[in-house]
Amino acid sequence: MDLHLQKISHSYDDVEVLRGIDLEINQGQIVCIVGPSGCGKSTLLRFIGGLERPSSGQVIQIGEPPTGSLNPLTYIFQDFALLPWRTVWGNVSLVLEDHGIKGSAAEDIISDVLARTKLTEFKKALPRQLSGGMKQRVAIARALAVKPAVLLMDEPLSALDSQTRELLMDDLVDLWLREGFTACYVTHNLAEAVRLGHRIAVLSRRPGQIRDIVEIDIPLEDRPNRSGELAGKQQQLWDLMRQEALAADKELLDV
Amino acid sequence: MSDRVAAGGEPKPTDINKTVPFRGRGFNPQPLGVIAPVVFVGLIAFWEVGSQTGFISDLVLPAPSEAFEAFLQLLETGMFWKHLSASLQRLVIGWICGTVLGVIAGMAIGLFSLARAALAPLVSAIFPIPKIALLPLFIIWFGIGEGSKVATILFGTFFPTVISTYGGVDNVDRNLIRMGQSFGLSWSSIVRKIILPGALPAILSGFRISASIAIILLVAAEMIGAEFGIGAYILLAGSLFATDQLIAGVAMLSVLGLCFAWLIGRAEKYFLDWRA
Ligand SMILES: Nc1ncnc2c1ncn2[C@@H]1O[C@H](COP(=O)(O)OP(=O)(O)OP(=O)(O)O)[C@@H](O)[C@H]1O
Ligand SMILES: [Mg+2]
Repeated sequence: MDLHLQKISHSYDDVEVLRGIDLEINQGQIVCIVGPSGCGKSTLLRFIGGLERPSSGQVIQIGEPPTGSLNPLTYIFQDFALLPWRTVWGNVSLVLEDHGIKGSAAEDIISDVLARTKLTEFKKALPRQLSGGMKQRVAIARALAVKPAVLLMDEPLSALDSQTRELLMDDLVDLWLREGFTACYVTHNLAEAVRLGHRIAVLSRRPGQIRDIVEIDIPLEDRPNRSGELAGKQQQLWDLMRQEALAADKELLDV
Repeated sequence: MSDRVAAGGEPKPTDINKTVPFRGRGFNPQPLGVIAPVVFVGLIAFWEVGSQTGFISDLVLPAPSEAFEAFLQLLETGMFWKHLSASLQRLVIGWICGTVLGVIAGMAIGLFSLARAALAPLVSAIFPIPKIALLPLFIIWFGIGEGSKVATILFGTFFPTVISTYGGVDNVDRNLIRMGQSFGLSWSSIVRKIILPGALPAILSGFRISASIAIILLVAAEMIGAEFGIGAYILLAGSLFATDQLIAGVAMLSVLGLCFAWLIGRAEKYFLDWRA
């Protein structure tokens, strides 16, 4: 299943947030979206998942989601969004209950996703007992449980410390190598973008427009060994963003 | 700096080298289990001794032992259970109806724009009216019997429950609701599994307030046309200036309040154990 964003523009009251965004998210690819703060990245992601509607333009779903996909467009949030009154197990089971999956069928799925995210021994823990990195792994397990066609991630690692971030990024790479999921990954961290992204869309400052799309055709598994090339890509991204970030900063000062 | 440290040894606190003063004291109340009973027993002992020695005049305040005797008398004649059961019945029916209706109305205000627009101002307008002032109206509407008494307690507990419930619903993390929507949860699942548990801390602390209000209103409701009930007992004692009975009755109310607070505390422990 592919997603095509067509001419998406949006304004909140009189604030124009996004202007004419065209973007393709193809199956099996990770598309990263980077851009200065406040340029509308989170807003764009909410449009892609159907949590909000743009003022104009549309998101087209091309092809059917794979059979068995319970929730084709699935989010992973920056703040984890776990229910604090449910255990790790209960948080995953929450998203299955509404699809009528109960009993042993649910148990199989939950044990499977918890094993894949290395959380099996924490299944009875409450969110407040977990570190940030583990909370985000629970959120990833929950997302995997509904067999998503596209994962929508809004700065999933930016609430974490840098060591945890590295570890979780490796986990994500492993996961992609095993399952080849499709994802749209919003971040302001260029290192994350070049580590994970097949295509990286750079947004301009508000109103967000696509300044450029940088393609990285180094396979994900080879990237740790080819850091020189990646550094070049990261520099290229930074050059694109730098002017935007500077200009965005000035704008805020003018207000 | 280094020359102030004795060579070869650990630096010792002297008049030049000082340990850093500790400034983090206070603002951290700890549970001290023994203090409450000590204060309580001490106060009553002081009161008893004061009465025995004539330091506290019998006219001003009866001795605790006298109040206790009045209580024993109540037990012996079997009137205690009559009063208690009459009061408990009114309290429990009134409080349960008031809070159930209050939670429903509060959820409606929290969830639906129309209910909010229609009811929220109404609640703000009626909440501050002392329900005691409405007692004559309740008697006309619901009769002089149990109806008016239950209605007084019901009305009194309804409004604070509404306010705490919709405050709780408003405070539920929007991101959690977004999460529920993004996973395709149905409306009723979101309400039952996300909004209700999220609002529960506020609802339960509303219960604490409404339970106290119910006890306050009990005495008021039993002012008129009540044969039995702790409130009726207190009022009768008051009108006869039988201060020992009055103190005994007030103590019963206070114990009742403690029991309710304890029950709600248990409920909080049970339902809110997910909080730190
Ligand atoms: N619900 C809303 N109502 C009004 N304005 C909004 C709303 N949501 C976002 N905005 C505004 O839209 C702009 C873009 O917001 P958005 O959160 O999409 O930016 P972002 O690129 O994700 O920023 P960040 O990097 O800080 O996460 C901001 O100026 C924000 O103030
Ligand atoms: Mg954002």
